Amino acid sequence: MILVWILILLIGTGLLAWLASRWSTFLPKLISLVGTLVYFGITLWLWLGHDSGIDSEGWIISYTGNWMPSFGIQFKLGMDGLSLLMLLLTSFLSVICVLVSWKEIKTRVGFFHFNLLLELAGITGVFLALDLFLFYFSWELMLVPMYFLISIWGHEDRIYAGKKFFLFTQASGLLMLLGILGLYFIHGQNTDVYTFDYEQLLGTVIPKGTAFILMLGFVVAFAVKLSTVPLHSWLPDAHTQAPTAGSVILAGLLLKTGAYGLIRFALPLFPEASHQLAPLAVLLGVISILYGAKLAFAQTDFKRLVAYISVSHMGFILLGIYSFNEMAMQGVVMQMIVHAVSTGALFIIAGSLYDRIHTRDLAQMGGLWRQVPRMGTMGLVFVMASMGLPGLGNFIAEILILIGSYQGPFKVLTIIATMVLITATAYALRIIQKVFYEEERKVWVIPDFGVREMIVMLSLTGVILWLGWYPSSVLRMSEVPVQKMIQEVRMSKSGEKEELGSIDKNTVYNGGDFLNEKSMDVKKENQAQKIKSIKTE
Amino acid sequence: MKDLLWLIVALPFAGALILAFAGGKLPRALSAAVGVGSVSLSAILTLIVGYEFLGDTTPYLQVVWQWFDVYGLSPNIGFHLDTVSLIFIFIITFVGALIHLYSAEFMWKEEGFVRFFVFMNLFVGLMLILVLADNLLFLYLGWEGVGLCSYLLIGYWYKDPKNGYAARKAFIVTRIGDAALAVSFYILFMSFNTLNIQNILMEAPETWTVGSGIAVATAFLLLGGAVGKSAQLPLQTWLPDAMAAPSPVSALLHAATMVTAGVYLIARTHVLFEIAPIAQHTVAIIGAATLLIAGMSALYQHDIKKVLAYSTISQIGYMFLALGIGAWSAALFHFMIHAFFKALLFLGAGAVIWVMRDEHNMFKMGGLWKKLPITFWTFLIASASLSALPLITAGYYSKDKIIWLAYASDKGSKGLWLAAIVGAFITALYTFRMVFLTFFGKAKAEPTHRPGWMITIPLVVLAFFSFAGGFIELPDNMGHLTLVSNFVEKTLPATTLLSLQPSTELIFQIISAVVALVAVFIAYKLFFNKPFPAAVPQRNAIQQFFFKGWDFDLVYDKLIVEPMVFLSKINKNDIIDKFYTGLAYIARQLNVLLSATQNGQLRWYAMIIATGAILILTIIFFP
Repeated sequence: MILVWILILLIGTGLLAWLASRWSTFLPKLISLVGTLVYFGITLWLWLGHDSGIDSEGWIISYTGNWMPSFGIQFKLGMDGLSLLMLLLTSFLSVICVLVSWKEIKTRVGFFHFNLLLELAGITGVFLALDLFLFYFSWELMLVPMYFLISIWGHEDRIYAGKKFFLFTQASGLLMLLGILGLYFIHGQNTDVYTFDYEQLLGTVIPKGTAFILMLGFVVAFAVKLSTVPLHSWLPDAHTQAPTAGSVILAGLLLKTGAYGLIRFALPLFPEASHQLAPLAVLLGVISILYGAKLAFAQTDFKRLVAYISVSHMGFILLGIYSFNEMAMQGVVMQMIVHAVSTGALFIIAGSLYDRIHTRDLAQMGGLWRQVPRMGTMGLVFVMASMGLPGLGNFIAEILILIGSYQGPFKVLTIIATMVLITATAYALRIIQKVFYEEERKVWVIPDFGVREMIVMLSLTGVILWLGWYPSSVLRMSEVPVQKMIQEVRMSKSGEKEELGSIDKNTVYNGGDFLNEKSMDVKKENQAQKIKSIKTE
Repeated sequence: MKDLLWLIVALPFAGALILAFAGGKLPRALSAAVGVGSVSLSAILTLIVGYEFLGDTTPYLQVVWQWFDVYGLSPNIGFHLDTVSLIFIFIITFVGALIHLYSAEFMWKEEGFVRFFVFMNLFVGLMLILVLADNLLFLYLGWEGVGLCSYLLIGYWYKDPKNGYAARKAFIVTRIGDAALAVSFYILFMSFNTLNIQNILMEAPETWTVGSGIAVATAFLLLGGAVGKSAQLPLQTWLPDAMAAPSPVSALLHAATMVTAGVYLIARTHVLFEIAPIAQHTVAIIGAATLLIAGMSALYQHDIKKVLAYSTISQIGYMFLALGIGAWSAALFHFMIHAFFKALLFLGAGAVIWVMRDEHNMFKMGGLWKKLPITFWTFLIASASLSALPLITAGYYSKDKIIWLAYASDKGSKGLWLAAIVGAFITALYTFRMVFLTFFGKAKAEPTHRPGWMITIPLVVLAFFSFAGGFIELPDNMGHLTLVSNFVEKTLPATTLLSLQPSTELIFQIISAVVALVAVFIAYKLFFNKPFPAAVPQRNAIQQFFFKGWDFDLVYDKLIVEPMVFLSKINKNDIIDKFYTGLAYIARQLNVLLSATQNGQLRWYAMIIATGAILILTIIFFP
């Protein structure tokens, strides 16, 4: 029930904030700050009070209510370790979003916060929904408020960017709807039970060709959200034009819904078709990684540059997911979180710089370190995070994905993806150079980060450092869900039933070898024999 | 006391943290005390821990916590202390502390004084992680971290775009090596299911056959990482540019941290190179080639720091040569001695540049030996050590050992020996060219002042070690003292020698002694008290080629940098987006077309209806 309350809390706070704007412009901010803080508090409480021992027995919390029983539509929510992590991220960033919009948003404050909280409710719904209809509903719910956020409070080209965002997501969302309906009817014909229930739809027997087409419907929708090349071109415009909070939500949460959708729906619902898609998906992932990095290097607009960094980072997610390997998948979960934090922080820096000098053009900046050393230090931290410097969370994510996917069949592509270490350095250092180093190209007299901004930045820094030095706290949460997912996918391939849930290191070890069917045990035996033969000789 | 190992690493970090948060509010003297004090405390702790370790040299592992544990990859935040890492942490903290002390005076008037010490502390701390890490991933943390710190410190005077360029170049070029290193982790993990260094070293010979493809590939990838950080061919080009950094940074970078990381990596993973003989031989060849190429370039520099930069590349080349021929202890011995004299040379050069009002050109100096006596004498001792003047300098014992083993080791050859001996000749020549130009001849400018005690003390201490450090390891026929090799060989294998006549070694020693002395004499003839004009010297095309570091930069610029920049320039607006904007354009054109038909004129509509009717009827009746 607590899950429902979260949704009610968000929507209610949003409405209240809108109402309150009749009386003052301060009240809506306060209301939504309180609302998001409560949300954050709830997720923290869920996290801290969570007993990892029961993870393997299904959902940590779930809720099922009737919605439209005649169509088999339920109001079904469920939370496992993965969703809990996503909720933590969502609630953390929502507090951040409210704080960064504190002074930036000056017009129609109430309506802004209404949209913000509605957006967050949609995102939360996506992360919790266990009914495909409800999932689609939440998916579309994310669309409208974000369109308003971009088109009303955005920068100069906001109408164009808003439309582009809307069209891309709407078109791809329709493809997903077709996929959902196809699945619904096939399952109905097979079993005479017409339902959108995720758990019942799992394991639906679908003819091979049909399954692939239905899956494409899902995957295209998710790939658009993930901004996979060549479906990425909405992202630079939307990210650049959105207000800071919008950019943070776009980069931090909206992109993650694509990744989450792939992990939660596309893979388990269509395991065999996913295997067919894997080579293409990994290829596109690697292309996104490198192409995004290259474009990031070329940009002269600060926010656009950061937007292309997102394209590059999201490529890692595709690479990791379609390697079907526990380690890579754990890396993906990590990447979802650290990318949200690091890119979000960069957007906040770009946004607050824009507030001060009213330009995003890198050619107008320069030499700002002396003026705003605190901003410079923070910029340095998060630029380093985005290029995957060890000690900061992004490194853990990237190295897990890369090592993990190398254990699978895509070795060459993994090695090619590793080249991003070099290109990322090039674009990352370009930010430092153009913004903070060199002589000042124009004389700006601007204040450094104030208390509110430092609270935001330091909490983000804290998270990224904590994830860099002690990532176990995240990885432990997602361990069981990830393992289940991978085994479901692998089972469909090999056909043999493995015991779910129990963590047996020996079966876990052979992560990537699902294709050549050579398990670690065999390897170890071989090794032992070799050693013996050497010794006897 | 061994359990205080973690504190050696933690102290510099603590220093950096305190300065980063409170540095702006502290008085300058207190900031300096924190910055210098943290590393000095580390050095003292290292002495204490090291003293205890000498009593019992079994490797000591300290796990602070488990980093993460994902399906078999479970690296620790853990420190592994053995004789090799002890030598490294001793040099890093001890030389590091001296350099910090020097910086406190040298950087006193700088605006970013606190920032400087934050980065320097971090640099030392991360380097300590690099050499103490018990697994490759944690090592990589230090490895990348020193890359970052070098970037920050090279670009310390960030207002000049040139410094920013040098800093970025250093970071990006070393990251090329880092990428190779990262790929080696994938292979190692796939084969051994762990990234723990000791486990890999134990299992590798049993799992991989000698010379097998996977072993060779891994060794080459590790080598790729090493040549990046250690500025060896073909990734050496970042180091000469790195001279944009303040002099103490150069001293730290060249002596105690960063460039020695590659040497450490190869020594640490020596087993992987031993089972890949081709790769190990390549290490030797790279070392030999680098020491010659960099030496030739050093001969034609006029910037005193550039001479030293090329000299570092060349001396690291000697260490690589030693690693490549399996002379592990010789490599580490030379690393140690090199750290002393190279730090001293940079600090001395820094002091000279400082009192000459930021003048780098040696041809504009001269006659300084009377005016800066302490700087001169210490610089001379370091130069003698670098030139390996026989018997009295530490450099002689360490370098001669490598030269001798280049011939006498079972992996050595006449060619490698020849390269080493020619390199020794060039080294002595450029070193004394530098000494004669800087300190003798006619004075071309007056120094502003004499350096104070915080600069003098490090110079004197380092001079002592550059002179006396060599006597802890003497050749067989001169006392036969083997403290260093005994110590190192507790961790790394001993060098296998060819069976040679005992007199052979003596002959080779005499040859290298004579070569060094002749080179100094030639330098004396060519450069002592010669009236060179106080300007950048004229160079012909070949000299220019050497001066430019064999034009590696030109080749890389034309082959890699410019095409990349060009590609990103032309595609700045993302060609893929054109497809979607094209779609939108077509839709809008169709809209224009269709709305043009809605013009409200009755006759137009009537005509359309008529035409349509005719068309439909035609289709119906004449199918």
